Amino acid sequence: MIKFTNVFKTYAKGGLALKDVSFHIAKGEFAFLTGHSGAGKSTVLKLVYADERPTSGAVRVSGFTVADLPPRDVPHLRRRLGIVFQDFRLLEDRTAEENVAFALEVTGARRSAIPARVMRVLTQVGLAAKAGAYPRELSGGEQQRVAIARALVNEPQVLLADEPTGNLDERATRGVFQLLRDINASGTAVVMATHDLEMVRSAPYRVIELQEGAVVYDSAVDEPTAGDAQA
Amino acid sequence: MTLTVREALLAFRRAPLLSALSVTTIAFSLFVLGLFGLVAVNLRQALRGVAERVEIVAYLLPGTPIETVLLGEQDIEAFPEVASAAHISEDSALARARRELVEFRDLLRELERNPLPASIEVKLKPGYQDATNVNAVAERLRGFGFVDDVRFGRDWVEKLDKLRRLAAAVGVVVGAAFATVAVIIIGTTIRMAVLQRSREIAIMRLVGATDGFIRRPFLLQGALKGLLGGLVAIGLSYAAYALINRFLIESSFFTVTQALGIVVFGTVIGLMGSLLSVGRHLRRV
Repeated sequence: MIKFTNVFKTYAKGGLALKDVSFHIAKGEFAFLTGHSGAGKSTVLKLVYADERPTSGAVRVSGFTVADLPPRDVPHLRRRLGIVFQDFRLLEDRTAEENVAFALEVTGARRSAIPARVMRVLTQVGLAAKAGAYPRELSGGEQQRVAIARALVNEPQVLLADEPTGNLDERATRGVFQLLRDINASGTAVVMATHDLEMVRSAPYRVIELQEGAVVYDSAVDEPTAGDAQA
Repeated sequence: MTLTVREALLAFRRAPLLSALSVTTIAFSLFVLGLFGLVAVNLRQALRGVAERVEIVAYLLPGTPIETVLLGEQDIEAFPEVASAAHISEDSALARARRELVEFRDLLRELERNPLPASIEVKLKPGYQDATNVNAVAERLRGFGFVDDVRFGRDWVEKLDKLRRLAAAVGVVVGAAFATVAVIIIGTTIRMAVLQRSREIAIMRLVGATDGFIRRPFLLQGALKGLLGGLVAIGLSYAAYALINRFLIESSFFTVTQALGIVVFGTVIGLMGSLLSVGRHLRRV
């Protein structure tokens, strides 16, 4: 599903971002990516959705090889992923419903099928009643739910979440995390970057910890019996 | 396709102020170009009017038989440069002098003998009314045995030539400068529209939109802005023309083709500007 093999990443001005990173995330798995800010969590995710290319090593994501992926194929890779960010990245001038529908429209989905699919995911994230609301009329937790609905509407194999609860209060954090667990329970792999250790400890999922660009701990490798059963 | 149209139109609705501003900017830069075009069109017309008066007069030897003159006239009319050749007899020359030179009417009436020679007045076709051709025709006219003398305003024709060349050079240089300014302003305007939506473009890419999908609404929007700007510019130019016509001097407006040319120019620049700025933006992010 997602396979990093001896990946190095150097930024033109930022120095070494990833050092010899290798891991494999299987279909349907839930994995936390932890570490301090700047440890390389976001770089790992960017390599997965081909926003960055590895300097050396191999990144394979559901059949695509990121290193030599032609730019015209990047959109096709991204349609197999759902991506959620700390800052939601919703279009302010579109309603929740339009934001979600937008992700379907860009993929050229059949127009008649769009409203039903949009309502289904909005119901799934518990926001069907606020479909017509603009982002500014929603709380942070609700905006993140819209973003998750948008990520889900294309039925991705993997949901990538970069600090999805970073901007949320405790209650909203719990709600969003539960939503991600439910999504994983229905078969979608989830890779969640976070530095919320309490949340990491609260769930029996795989943990990959990065420090200064290197993997220093991977529960699937270091403690294969503890927690994660699907790896 | 319908999605492209919808997104392009939505962009007008979502950012009405910026859209109106772009159309206005495009309109005014094309209007300036249009004003210059009006000046150029009218100047050219005026020069053409002056050039039409370029005339070569071949004075005939007294006593040339009328048959010879008429044959010669036919020969001259067959010159490729010549539009018309008209024979003016001694009598009609005098009649014309009496009519036109009112101050000398008494003097002319008292003449016992007509001092005016017969002549052939030669007009040249448009495109041949320059010094080189005038000289060439004059030279050939001198070759006729019955021609006594050939006159044309040599200085005047040469000055006209110079004026025409100057007008053409100024027209090309200033026109190109105005067109360049229009292109730059329109390009910047379109670029602003792209930058204003860079967040949206980034999000579109994250959810898997292809570059073509992202580009199309911008292209349509750019072309529409150029089209609207062009139409407004023609409207403004017409208003300016009407005012000038009414209060300053009589002048002429663009032909339909010229007016369409300005609108098409605006549309193409809008399209190209969008293509360039969106392309650059997509390559960079």
